Amino acid sequence: MHKSLTLRVLSSLDKKSWLALGVFLALALVVVPVLHLDFPEDSALHVSTYTITLIGKIMCYALVAVAMDLIWGYGGILSLGHGLFFALGGYAFGMYLMRQIGRDGSYGADLPDFMVFLDWKELPWFWVGSDGFGWVAFMVIAAPAVVAFVFGYFAFRSRIKGVYFSIITQALTYAAMLLFFRNETGFGGNNGFTDFKRVLGYSITSPETRLVLFGLTAVMLAATLVFSAWLVKSKFGRVLTAIRDAESRVMFIGYNPLWYKLTIWIISAVLCAIAGALYVPQVGIINPSEMSPGNAIEIAIWVAVGGRGTLIGPIIGAFVVNLAKSWFTVSFPEYWLFFLGLLFIVVTLMLPQGLVGLWKKLLAGKGDAAC
Amino acid sequence: MLNTVNIFEDDRPEGSDGADQMGHLVTGELDLSHGVVLYLEDITVSFDGFKALNNLNLEINAGELRCIIGPNGAGKTTMMDVITGKTRPDSGKAFFGQSIDLTRLTEPEIAHVGIGRKFQKPTIFEQHTVFENLELAMKTDKRVWKSLMARLAGDERDKIAETLRLIRLDGEADHQAGLLSHGQKQWLEIGMLLMQEPKLLLLDEPVAGMTDDETMRTAELFVSLAGKHSLVVVEHDMAFVEKLGGLVTVLHEGSVLAEGDLATVQNDQRVIEVYLGR
Repeated sequence: MHKSLTLRVLSSLDKKSWLALGVFLALALVVVPVLHLDFPEDSALHVSTYTITLIGKIMCYALVAVAMDLIWGYGGILSLGHGLFFALGGYAFGMYLMRQIGRDGSYGADLPDFMVFLDWKELPWFWVGSDGFGWVAFMVIAAPAVVAFVFGYFAFRSRIKGVYFSIITQALTYAAMLLFFRNETGFGGNNGFTDFKRVLGYSITSPETRLVLFGLTAVMLAATLVFSAWLVKSKFGRVLTAIRDAESRVMFIGYNPLWYKLTIWIISAVLCAIAGALYVPQVGIINPSEMSPGNAIEIAIWVAVGGRGTLIGPIIGAFVVNLAKSWFTVSFPEYWLFFLGLLFIVVTLMLPQGLVGLWKKLLAGKGDAAC
Repeated sequence: MLNTVNIFEDDRPEGSDGADQMGHLVTGELDLSHGVVLYLEDITVSFDGFKALNNLNLEINAGELRCIIGPNGAGKTTMMDVITGKTRPDSGKAFFGQSIDLTRLTEPEIAHVGIGRKFQKPTIFEQHTVFENLELAMKTDKRVWKSLMARLAGDERDKIAETLRLIRLDGEADHQAGLLSHGQKQWLEIGMLLMQEPKLLLLDEPVAGMTDDETMRTAELFVSLAGKHSLVVVEHDMAFVEKLGGLVTVLHEGSVLAEGDLATVQNDQRVIEVYLGR
């Protein structure tokens, strides 16, 4: 009866979900590229660069939302620090993209433009290795993991919970934002990193590179979904939700909540950072505003709108809210924040389970009517 | 061996009480050589000057079923908090057996050395099924990595099934625990305690909210557990206390006022004064 780990991961999703995942990947890896490359721009079937960038960006946000849901929906810990982890991943990969510019910057120098502007003569120590893709890929994971471990260990060991934890994560992110705003910090100050030219030697604006980044994001999102499904269905996941619902009982039956919270906290932070690293080359810019308090709250809204404690919910939430945002900010830019606030109030008061909860209710209602 | 812990009478060799499988949480074997499972000596706990416990002395013998009674604010719950590591005493000693110093261990470590606690208000995992509640409580390696890779073995399923029958919830195994009646929740929490295979059970008002019938069945269960386990029961229901038999300790203002069988204690002049007011 001992099933291998692979088999257990495979069985963490049902047939329907696997099918949906397959359709999603086929769309992202085959249909969209074909429609983008093989259909002329005036064709009705053509998928524009704008659309690909927008959807790619939203898939990164969806990845963040799933990461947030793991810690908030399943762990009961509301983090307002996920903007920081997203930015850490983005900045880490952004360093590599800055180095890939080479001598094609405005000053034609070996150093990134902002360093020339600051009259720096050589790379600061923490930029060492940033021209290597492997090192940077490692840093995308290691930097947020270390920050999450150190911060989480002390916060969870001191049994900081609920709104206090949220406020402290918010403060941490805000402090980091102020730090990154400073030119002397060495990350481009308030302009951050932009004007990227290449990734792994390929032009970053070419349609093929865009499609590869788009496809990678889709694969990462799908992989995260499968991994998360396995995680929340394991005994670890059950302990996690038990900590959310009755932490003292968990302690008195012999689990130390510290290590469980820390594990999910670090997993969530790393997933968030990977999303940031995929986001930067597609959007073409990273700056400290990614760490602003508003962003952190928006992440929470995606999850709340979609449905906390379900894995598909945050993805739906991220798509719905961001598609609405991109429509609103074009049509009625001044009303977007009012709409966002209204959405949050309506969801909190009337849809505690989010859109997924509403859908389930509607299905149940139909079932009753049929009977 | 007086203290074979396993209520399931499995075929493990005597003396291998499983604590050695706990890895880093092993903090010493329970030493019952003097026949005492719990020593509390001169325990004092004060909150903002108020002495919740005041030089409390208490000894529980291995296999004993002890009832603790006392008016509200006598320090019963604080005493349990001290034993389970939730509250650190300002002074005094708390030992589990001869060698395990409870004042140095955290809550999960104390659970691992073999003390199980039932709260006053039934505290179960309401969103989990009854089966999962028992599964999570089961005595096993409770570190993160083990939980990630855990699969239920056949004998573990049997153990859960056995406990389900014992607490009469075998029909509700797949039901969400939050939907159980109050009395059933109490039983589920007792079942979770048994899954931990503790040597000492601390039970804070275990029959509150139970029907008379449920109360009597609980008393029978506790009496049957005594001997193999040691039990400390805090209760207000005198009929229940009487049914349990055993020694009764009366707490008042944070220390022991009287100790003896129920009849002796009930006739003690000081106890009557405390309960009826002066």
